Amino acid sequence: MNGSRSRGITRRGLLKSAGSVTAAGLILPASYRKAMAEPRRGGTFRVGFGHGATSDTLNPALWDQAFVQVMGNSLHNYLTVIGPDGQLQPELAESWEASSDAATWTFRLREGVTYHDGRDVVAEDVVASLNHHRGEDSGSAAGPIVEAITDIATDGDHVVIITLEAGDADFPFILSDYHLPILPAEDGRINFQNGIGCGPYMLESFEPGVECLMTRNPDYWKSDHAWFDRVELYAILDSAARQNALITGEVDVIDRPDLNTIHMLERAGANIISVSGTQHYTFAMDSRADPFTDNNVRLALKYGVNRQQLVDTVLSGFGVVGNDHPIGRSNRFHADDLEQREFDPDRARYHLEQAGLDSLTVDLSASDAAFSGAVDAAVLFSESAAEAGITINPVREPSDGYWSNVWMVKPFTAVYWGGRPTEDWMFSTAFAAGAPWNDGFWENERFDELLRTARSELDEDLRREMYVDMQQIVRDEGSIVIPMFSDYVMATADNVVTPDQIGANTTLDGVRATERWWFA
Amino acid sequence: MAHVWRMIAQRLGLGLLTLFVVSIIIFGATELLPGDFAQAVLGQAATPEAVAAIRRELDLDQPVVVRYTNWLFGVLQGDFGTSLAQRGRPVSDMILSRLGNTFFLAIYAAAMAVPLALTLGVLVALWRNSLFDRVANSTALSAISFPEFFVAYILIFVLAQGGYFPSMARMPASADLGEKLYRAFLPALTLTLVVTAHMMRMTRAAIINLLSSPYIEMARLKGMRPSRVIVHHALPNAIAPIANVVALNLAYLITGVVVVEVVFVYPGLGQLMVDSVSRRDIPVVQAIALIFAAAYVLLNLAADVISTLSNPRLMHRK
Repeated sequence: MNGSRSRGITRRGLLKSAGSVTAAGLILPASYRKAMAEPRRGGTFRVGFGHGATSDTLNPALWDQAFVQVMGNSLHNYLTVIGPDGQLQPELAESWEASSDAATWTFRLREGVTYHDGRDVVAEDVVASLNHHRGEDSGSAAGPIVEAITDIATDGDHVVIITLEAGDADFPFILSDYHLPILPAEDGRINFQNGIGCGPYMLESFEPGVECLMTRNPDYWKSDHAWFDRVELYAILDSAARQNALITGEVDVIDRPDLNTIHMLERAGANIISVSGTQHYTFAMDSRADPFTDNNVRLALKYGVNRQQLVDTVLSGFGVVGNDHPIGRSNRFHADDLEQREFDPDRARYHLEQAGLDSLTVDLSASDAAFSGAVDAAVLFSESAAEAGITINPVREPSDGYWSNVWMVKPFTAVYWGGRPTEDWMFSTAFAAGAPWNDGFWENERFDELLRTARSELDEDLRREMYVDMQQIVRDEGSIVIPMFSDYVMATADNVVTPDQIGANTTLDGVRATERWWFA
Repeated sequence: MAHVWRMIAQRLGLGLLTLFVVSIIIFGATELLPGDFAQAVLGQAATPEAVAAIRRELDLDQPVVVRYTNWLFGVLQGDFGTSLAQRGRPVSDMILSRLGNTFFLAIYAAAMAVPLALTLGVLVALWRNSLFDRVANSTALSAISFPEFFVAYILIFVLAQGGYFPSMARMPASADLGEKLYRAFLPALTLTLVVTAHMMRMTRAAIINLLSSPYIEMARLKGMRPSRVIVHHALPNAIAPIANVVALNLAYLITGVVVVEVVFVYPGLGQLMVDSVSRRDIPVVQAIALIFAAAYVLLNLAADVISTLSNPRLMHRK
């Protein structure tokens, strides 16, 4: 399924289709490869972000978008990290092992790692760093993902034992979440105000919503990472300003270039990098509210959306069609053999009849706060559904307060999902019965049963089988229309070199560009 | 002269009242917006528990009257409170550097725009209906008719992509004045183009209006040169309307330039205000609103004082 438009092979076209076929793969242009000799130290790496607000903080509990994620991953290290190939790699945790029920995990910390102020990284720090997000009063956005932890104990300075309320074979993945960096503890609490961590770069200054300046940590324990002398992150919210900054050499890399004018950026000499990952855009139906209580109505809507058209127009081709389940092609257990659902007005009409309806009229709430182009996507959905006799009224909702007042409040809404690196994480977050972000308010006994069993199962093949089943259940019975997966798109200046494979788990090489990339 | 001082004192008193009313309106208006800080900052990740925890921590669960009164008592003691977003960081600390940048840009733009507008205004009045008048007028009017961001993009296209000036007007702390002037040139030029027409047209109209008065006719009949008639006789009497339009435009340069700040990535107050409103960071919104309102009050007062001083009939009342 490659989402390229029908035209001759351009560098970008080749890059995009290659990226989508070889899950998470990235093919660099030939001219680019030549420049890629051994990594070289030096230079000031300047990144322009389409994110950043004056409310950004150094408090990991409140991190949300790419600017603070890259800042966090530059200042700090995590227990584990997702590698460019999507596999989990050790970072501060040197190794780990699970009890046979996968409910007790023992992590052995790397010795000799120090913080920017010279203190050693010890087990107590890990306890404090995780406790920062636990409990009623934490107010942490990561609260739900550490909820399963019942106890954290230490055994000496370099062993941490974490007990979960139930087995979770993917638990080490959770610890790579960008909210969970390891910070120095003082009296059992972390102090995040000064920005001291054990990461590749040291904080020089941070002006929320404007910039974050960092210098290389000379004592960084990874000798083959972090090539830049300095890193400067800039919030450049206006997309034209961001592209101008790249063209005029004010920055070396930009995140989220404007897809409508990306050809001009390319003509100006920038390299476009596009990675197909887990990020997807959805339309959530409240399965408790009529008419969405009937699965036939939900199926009618799923058949009534023209997926390829959405990818071509809303994503300008930078994406792939979705199959009504939230697992991306770069995930380990993606169901490759599951039939792709296509736009089919006749099937939609058939399911409408099965539901005992002649016609269907629903309101679809959208706002560009959901994802950029959401309102256009709702209009396109409405037009394709009209062919099946379904009337969708696109309702433009205010961007302010969209996530509090519209999402999970109105019955049919446009939604953004960054996706999750593991199947269990994604399903537990948004599809398990009663999960706080289950935005379809969907419950399915067999699905929940499979989710529980698969979570504590350590046998890889059995897990694959179960996760494929779950994808099928969500696709056929779930209450979310998932028409498209959106690529992570970035643009770099000529002299920026990236490794052969770059991370697909989030933007900017898994927000690790500052330690993985270098200058030619 | 005494009555001028009395006027200033009176107007400053009224100004304080205005600020008080503004603070109530802004507080009430942000209260009416959907959502609060806890919901805005957590966004899609908001769970009821996390929202409640943040509200408890920041006293957002108190009734609106209590929160406003607490804020007001703080302000009366010179304490603008701490930002909700940057826990514990005083609002004044957050605003100061931005305020400096905003004033720098406003003064920079005004230093180019005001002399340019007045000179052009006098010249087009002098040579009214000439080709020069028409060209100057139509150029200035086109510049003001385009949206600011469009003027900004054109300048970026020509001057930044041409390699003459930086497209991003960020202000490194280490930069000296020369570098700051260089980096902020494009936003200042954009603002100059945007505000010049208004001031120039007003100057021209005020002067032309006076040119039909009998005392100007008298001066002409004496055989005085047209330039001397305008600069020495008409201009002093046109100061009042000119001062008013200059004051309005200066106030605009301080309060209304958020679009230009965004396009040139200039860290000024406007961007901070927009951010803070969208995150419902009320202490910051309040403080900036008061600064903006104070700018209007003070600049209008200055314009009135100048008009009074320039008018002998007001200065020497019986």
